[in-house]
Amino acid sequence: MILLRTIDLRKQFGETRACDGVNFTVNKGEFLSLVGSNGAGKTSLVNLISAQLTPDSGRILLEDKDITNATVYERIQAGIARSFQIVNLFDGLSVFDNVALSIFSRDGKAVKMASLAEHDREVREESFEVLGQFGLQDKSRVLAGGLAQGERKLLDVAVAYALRPKLLFLDEPTSGVSTRDKTQIMDTVSSVVRAGTVTAVVIEHDMDVVFRYSDRIVMMHEGRFLADGTPDEIRANNEVASILLGAPLSA
Amino acid sequence: MRADVAQISYRPKLMLAVAAILVLIALALLPSYIGLYQTQLLTYGLIAAIAALGFNLLLGYTGLLSFGHSAFFGVGAYSVAFLLRYAEIHSMELYIALGVPIAAIASALFGYICVRHTRIFFGILTLALSQVLYSLVLSFFWVTGGTDGLRVARPTLLAGMITFTGAGSFQRFIEAYYYYVLAIFAVSVAIMWVIVHSPFGKTLQAIRDNETRARFLGVRIRRFRWLSFLISGTFTGLAGILWVPLNGLTTPEVMYWTFSGEIVFTALLGGFRNFTGPIVGGVVFTYLKTYAVASTEYWQLLLGIVLVLLVLLLPTGIVGALSAGMKKLQRKESFA
Amino acid sequence: MAILIIQILNSLFYASVLFLIAAGLSLIFGVMRIVNMAHGSLYAVGAFVTAWLVGRAVAAGAPVALAALLIPVGAAVVALIGAIIEPLLLRPFYRRAEEYQLLVTFGLLLILEDGMRFFWGGLPLTADPIMDAVPSIHIGNLIYPGYYLVVIGVGVLAALALWLVIYRTRFGVLLRATSQDRRMASALGLNVGLVYVSAFAIGCFMAGLGGAIIVPSQAAVLGMGIDALVLAFVVVVIGGLGSLQGALVGALIVSFVRTAGIQFFPEIELAVLYLIAALVLLVKPTGLFGSA
Repeated sequence: MILLRTIDLRKQFGETRACDGVNFTVNKGEFLSLVGSNGAGKTSLVNLISAQLTPDSGRILLEDKDITNATVYERIQAGIARSFQIVNLFDGLSVFDNVALSIFSRDGKAVKMASLAEHDREVREESFEVLGQFGLQDKSRVLAGGLAQGERKLLDVAVAYALRPKLLFLDEPTSGVSTRDKTQIMDTVSSVVRAGTVTAVVIEHDMDVVFRYSDRIVMMHEGRFLADGTPDEIRANNEVASILLGAPLSA
Repeated sequence: MRADVAQISYRPKLMLAVAAILVLIALALLPSYIGLYQTQLLTYGLIAAIAALGFNLLLGYTGLLSFGHSAFFGVGAYSVAFLLRYAEIHSMELYIALGVPIAAIASALFGYICVRHTRIFFGILTLALSQVLYSLVLSFFWVTGGTDGLRVARPTLLAGMITFTGAGSFQRFIEAYYYYVLAIFAVSVAIMWVIVHSPFGKTLQAIRDNETRARFLGVRIRRFRWLSFLISGTFTGLAGILWVPLNGLTTPEVMYWTFSGEIVFTALLGGFRNFTGPIVGGVVFTYLKTYAVASTEYWQLLLGIVLVLLVLLLPTGIVGALSAGMKKLQRKESFA
Repeated sequence: MAILIIQILNSLFYASVLFLIAAGLSLIFGVMRIVNMAHGSLYAVGAFVTAWLVGRAVAAGAPVALAALLIPVGAAVVALIGAIIEPLLLRPFYRRAEEYQLLVTFGLLLILEDGMRFFWGGLPLTADPIMDAVPSIHIGNLIYPGYYLVVIGVGVLAALALWLVIYRTRFGVLLRATSQDRRMASALGLNVGLVYVSAFAIGCFMAGLGGAIIVPSQAAVLGMGIDALVLAFVVVVIGGLGSLQGALVGALIVSFVRTAGIQFFPEIELAVLYLIAALVLLVKPTGLFGSA
């Protein structure tokens, strides 16, 4: 079942065509990797879908609902969430609060001012659950600004994930992160996708990660799609492999 | 492991409650030791603390620096003056019951206009709007008393049960009014503490720290900023309401932007990244200003110098510096 | 008809002074991204210093023509003050949160305002001899002070001079480069510190000149700086912070509205101006010519 679809999406920055007639589909429940060299248009595509950019032309459909002109708020309500390439956290709040905030916002509880945030048991338990999934439960009281880089990335993904979106976009979630943390992030994301609760689209440069976790790989080059298929299909595609890796893969 | 990590730890809150009660008791006992004049001064200090507390919801927790908070203080003060002069109301409870909603409405209106912008434009807009109000108060002098202002007689407390007339009434008024203000102060601090630690308070801090990320969590930024502005202005308005019966008079000066600057100063003095900072700042500033005004004609110069030195040397304010100092002590102890 | 011309001239006169103040504010913001809350007070200092100097000179028997030369001197004094303030008080805050800059300049405002009271007391200071020396002109059958035309002339010259410096000199290129990208400019070997202090000094000179040029026609009084500051803010809000054109257009708009306001709605004249500022901020927050 198709969860998200873009129809002939175009975005141009001066001379550069970031998205040049992109027809992107995401199937429900899949783990999709979006790959390509720098400047291929991956982040622009995600920015267009998450309403950080407005398209020059084209349409975006979420479960057949046209969200091309929807605001950030409306898209999040519709079930789209994302993390950022440069880690974007609430540095003055604790790790726990960062995640709890997602949940409060999701459940419409963010406006409550007559009760203490800590006293909301459901939110507290769910926050710890999410923190546990990402291995951050021991740091729950640490201020986000005081975490190491790898932990910040983990938290960044956790915060987006805590929204329990239908469609989760992760922009280079493993860049600058140790192997152990990489595995933690990707294992968590992969398991929630398998459990059917989230569909994930991940922009990635680490090919090991891409081939190990993805159901499907989409490759972009200069604003257009170059290839689209399962890891095996991509691996067998020598042309793609040489662009991705610099040399064809041996089977 | 997960189960007990998920428990709230009550101990720090208990300690906080005990500390707060001790402070409250100390404040309640003070008048018997410090005499009438000091009691009056301390009352002004508590009122300034309420104003600063309200102001700091906007600055410290939401990240918006307003240069127009004098407008809300003034709205509170003039509401009382108008209620007395035009509706012949003498009850303090009615002043609060009617004045607070008026301050809230003013804050809501101003806030609606101002929160569409941030940073310097927000600051300029708050300044401009408060100046509009100030100039209106000056212009419509037949209503507002113009530069002479309006006199306010001593109100009745506790639904008219306590009145202050006759011999010794000044002393009785000061003593009674101190406790009245102290009670309201305690309630205000409690309310603000809950607000700041509520989901709403956390969301405000998130918006302060990273507006983009907050937006991508589905938070309606403008709405939250507006709510923060509303609460902030209302608290400062309450301070104005409490102030004018004590001062006996309200003048347009209280709406002028230099008064807004004093409110900003109090938050900075105490430390605007702390909950208790503005409270300490409000009280300390009241004493500072009183002694500065008394000791030199050029107290604004003194204030300016202190402000510059504060920003240069002690940007986290009194409370910030104290807590940083305590942390250093703790660390030294743990290595000893 | 004559009255209309006079009203227009009055507006242009006022606009010239406003332009000087606002252009200084805008220049400083454009290059250094700071808003100087003490800018209006510097304008007042310019007025006081000039009036004081002129008073001394005239009392010492100097010819009025010589006394008139004290006007740029007054402005230069303010520029000097600015050149001292910037490295001392402002530079420590460039990397810090914006709030601190506003607070420090606000502290400066308090210091300057009381400083003026300390030096010159509470009485207004005048520099009438200069204005009296300029012959009046006839408009219709009404007499109009020629000095006002001088001020308008100065305003026009200043606008031209600023434009020339910023867009036609090498220094102007340095200014614009630094305002675009400070780190890049310094990486290219530009002495950013020198550029900053120069820009700040020029901005202060403009403010001081505004005060110096108005004081022959209008006494220097305490509190004039604060009124000027808020008006200057209104001008840059309307015109756009950081834009020279904006300062010019904004000054004209504010000035004409003010003149009309005084004619027709004297009570709420100030309120009308602030409301306009609020409206502009609502509709186009960066002003007519500004960029965010």
